Amino acid sequence: MSEQMSDDDERQQSPPSDLDFTSNKARTCIVTGSVSGHTEFQSPYPDQVLENVLENVLHFLTSRRDRNTASLVCKSWYRVEALTRSELFIGNCYAVSPARATARFTRVRALHLKGRPRFADFNLMPPDWGAHFNPWVLAFAKACPWLEKVYLKRMSVTDDDLATLAESFLGFKELVLVCCDGFGTSGLSIFVSKCRQLKVLDLIESEVSDDETDWILCFPEGESHLESLIFDCVEYPINFEALERLVARSPSLKKLKLNRYVSIGQLYRLMVQAPQLTHLGTGSFSPSEIAGQGDQEPDYVTAFAACKSLVCLSGFREIIPDYLPAIYPICANLTSLNFSYANITAEQLKPIISNCHKLQVFWVLDSICDEGLQAVAATCKELRELRVFPVDAREDSDGPVSEVGFQAISEGCRKLQSILYFCQRMTNAAVIAMSRNCPDLVVFRLCIMGRHRPDHVTGEPMDDGFGAIVMNCKKLTRLAVSGLLTDKAFDYIGRYGKLVRTLSVAFAGDSDMALKYVLEGCPQLQKLEIRDSPFGDAALCSGLHHYYNMRFLWMSSCRLTYQGCQQIARAMPRLVVEVIRSADEEEMDVCVQTLYMYRSLEGPRNDAPKFVTIL
Amino acid sequence: MEVGRKMANMLGTDDDLNFKETELCLGLPGGIAVVAAGNETESSSSPKTNGKRGFSETVDLKLNLQSKESTMDLNKNLDDNGSKEKSGSAKDPAKPPAKAQVVGWPPVRSYRKNIMANQKNSSEESGNSGAALVKVSMDGAPYLRKVDLKMYKSYQELSDALAKMFSSFTMGNYGPQGMIDFMNESKLMDLLNSSDYVPSYEDKDGDWMLVGDVPWQMFVDSCKRLRIMKGSEAIGLAPRAMEKCKSRA
Repeated sequence: MSEQMSDDDERQQSPPSDLDFTSNKARTCIVTGSVSGHTEFQSPYPDQVLENVLENVLHFLTSRRDRNTASLVCKSWYRVEALTRSELFIGNCYAVSPARATARFTRVRALHLKGRPRFADFNLMPPDWGAHFNPWVLAFAKACPWLEKVYLKRMSVTDDDLATLAESFLGFKELVLVCCDGFGTSGLSIFVSKCRQLKVLDLIESEVSDDETDWILCFPEGESHLESLIFDCVEYPINFEALERLVARSPSLKKLKLNRYVSIGQLYRLMVQAPQLTHLGTGSFSPSEIAGQGDQEPDYVTAFAACKSLVCLSGFREIIPDYLPAIYPICANLTSLNFSYANITAEQLKPIISNCHKLQVFWVLDSICDEGLQAVAATCKELRELRVFPVDAREDSDGPVSEVGFQAISEGCRKLQSILYFCQRMTNAAVIAMSRNCPDLVVFRLCIMGRHRPDHVTGEPMDDGFGAIVMNCKKLTRLAVSGLLTDKAFDYIGRYGKLVRTLSVAFAGDSDMALKYVLEGCPQLQKLEIRDSPFGDAALCSGLHHYYNMRFLWMSSCRLTYQGCQQIARAMPRLVVEVIRSADEEEMDVCVQTLYMYRSLEGPRNDAPKFVTIL
Repeated sequence: MEVGRKMANMLGTDDDLNFKETELCLGLPGGIAVVAAGNETESSSSPKTNGKRGFSETVDLKLNLQSKESTMDLNKNLDDNGSKEKSGSAKDPAKPPAKAQVVGWPPVRSYRKNIMANQKNSSEESGNSGAALVKVSMDGAPYLRKVDLKMYKSYQELSDALAKMFSSFTMGNYGPQGMIDFMNESKLMDLLNSSDYVPSYEDKDGDWMLVGDVPWQMFVDSCKRLRIMKGSEAIGLAPRAMEKCKSRA
C-alpha cells in the first residue's frame, strides 16, 4: 500500500509551492486559535510549530492505511508522517528499493517484508527466483541502525544476513521468519550470540539447514530477555540440556514451540520450569526411544494443570494418542489448538474437544472425519478460524471429510470468520448453507482436491455454491475456489465480491470472460493468483485499468502468449512483467508458462535469474 | 454447453480409473493396489510421497518435467476449446492421458507433505518402504551429504557412490563380499593402515563401528549415520568393533 501512495505522491509533486504556503498559514491560524492580524504576525517558524504538533499527533497513528492517507495531505504532512512511521510494511520487496525506503522513512523500528509469490510454495516456480533479504539488511544497517524488529515472509535470508542483523542493530529485539530459507544453524548461532536484547526468535515453516552448529548453546549466559522462542520447523536435534538452562533463565518467556526432536519427557522438564507459558508447541509428544521400561512416567497432567495461562497449544508432531489425556486440564482455557500434524481419530479427539468451549482457532487433519467435525461443531461455539488439512494430499485419495462435516460446522460455529477446508467431495447445498449460517466469513478457502470435480450429489458445477458465498458473506476479502467451475462462478464473483482482495483460482473457468468478470468487477482486488485455467491475452488486457492498484498478478499454465504479455508491459511502464520458465527450459517459447507481474517504482530488478525474462 | 460438460465429466471420471492403472509410479508396486482397495487411506502407503525430504524433492522434480511436457504439448494447440486437462482427456484420446498427479496440486506446502510422509514412515511396522537416508560426513570436507542406503544392494555399490561424492575417498580392499574380516586382527590392521580413509557408521546403539562388519542388509537396518574418517583414527575403533563382532558370533 505504501508503494501505491508513493506513486500518487510523485504525481503530486506538481502543485505549486505557494499553494502549500497558503495552506500552512491557514493551518497555523487554526492551531493558535486567533484570527485577526495573524497573517501579518511573523511567528518564529510556523512550519516548525506545525511540524512539532503534527509529529506528536501522528505518533498515535498506527494503521498503515491511515498513515498512507495522511501522507497525501500535503508535503509537510508527508514529511512528518515519514518521520513518525515506526513500522514499515512492504508487501512486495521488489515494489520499492531499500534505498528509497530508507530515504523516506528514517526512523523505522520495525520492518515487515514479503517476497516470493505464494504459488512458489507449491513448486510452481524454480528455486532461487529472488527475494533476497541481503540488500535490505545492508541498506537499513547504514540508514536505520535503531531497527528493532524484522518480520520476513517468503524471503531468502543467508547466514551472513543474520550476522549483519546481529552486528549492525544494537538494540535488536525481534526476528520472525515465515516460510524463509537460505540460512542454517551457523547463522542462527551468530545471531543469538550477538543479540543481547533478543526478545523474539520465531522460525515458522522455514527451511533451516543443518551446519551441525549448536545454536541453542550460543544464547548468551545470564538472564535472557526471551519472550518467544519458536523453532518447531527445525528438522534437526537440538541440545536439550542447553535449552533447559535457557528456559530456566528466561523469566519472561511466554511462547515456546519445540521441534519434533523434543520428547514428551523433555517437554515435561521444560513445562515445570516455565508454567507462565501462554503459547506452547509440544514437540513430538511421544517418548524418546531411550526411555527405559521401568522408568516412572512423569506426571504430565499436573504439569499441564500448572500452566494456568496456557491459551495456545500446538505441536504433537509424532503423537502417541495415549498421552492426550495429559492436556485435559487446560482444554477449557484454550483459544487456539493446532492438531494439524496429529493423525488422530474422531474418538481420540472427542474427549479433548468437548471441553474446548473457548476455542477460537482450530487446525486439524481430516483424519478426524466428518464425525470429528460434528463434535467440534457441537462444542466450539466461539470458533473463528478452522483449517482442515489432508493426511493424504493427493487428488485420488479417499476423503474422510465431506460436505457432511462442512455443513455441521456451518450450523454449529456461527461466528466463523475464516475457513480452509480440503476435501474430496462437496455439494453446492453445503456451501450455500455455510454462506447463510456464517455471515461473518472474511476468508473462504475451499479446496476440492480432485480437479474439475462437480457437486457430487447433483453433478452440477460448483458455481452456485461459491456464488452464494460472495453474495451472502458481505465481509469477504479472501476467496479460494475449486471444483468444476464455469464462467458463471466468476460472473458472481465480479458482481458481488466487492470487497475481495485476494483471489486464488485453479483449473477453473471456460473462457476469457471469467477473468474479465473478475478484473472488471472487483475494485478491491490486490492479489490474484491463477493456474491452469483457459484465460488468454484478451482477458489479460481487460485489467489494464486496475493493475496499478494491485500488488501482483500470477498466471501459470494459462493461455498467455509472449506477445500478449509484451503488450501489457508496453502499456504499463510501472509494471514489472516477469515471464518465468522452468529451470531447464532454454529458449523463450511463444507460450508463456508463468506470468508474474507487479507494480514497482524501481523498474526491472537486477537480480533476476536466467529463467526469468522481464519484458 | 451443459451436455458437453457432462460428457467431459463422464469421460473424465472414466479416465480417472484409467489413470490409476496406467499411472507411472515411483513407489513400490503394491502401493497402487492398496490405495484403490483401501478405506484406511491414512495408514496405507503413498506411492508418490514416501520417503524423507530429499527423496520427495526428487519425485517432485520428475513430476515437474512430465507435467511441463504435457502442458507444453497442449499449449501448442491453442485452438482447443476445453481447458488443458479436459482436452487432454476428453477430446483427444490419441494423446497420452494427463498425469493423475499434477505439480503443486493439491496446494499443500511441501513442508507439510514431508512431515506427513515422515510420520507414515516411522509408524509403519515393516520399515521396508521409504528411504533410509543417512548423513555422510567426511573428515576435512566442508559439507555434509546424505545417501539413501536403500538405493544400494551391497557395500561395493555404496563404496562407488561415496567415491563419486567424495572424490578423494577410496575404500580399501574389503574382501569377497565386501565385509571386513574382524576375526583376523592383523588383517584388519593392514586394511586400516593401507587406506587413507575408512568409512565408519553409528549404529542403533549409538556406537561407532567400522563399515563392513555385518551383512549388508543388517547394516542398512542399523546404520544411523556415516562418517568417513582417516584410517589412522579408525584404528581406535577397531578393538571395540572386534569386541562387538565376537560377542555377536
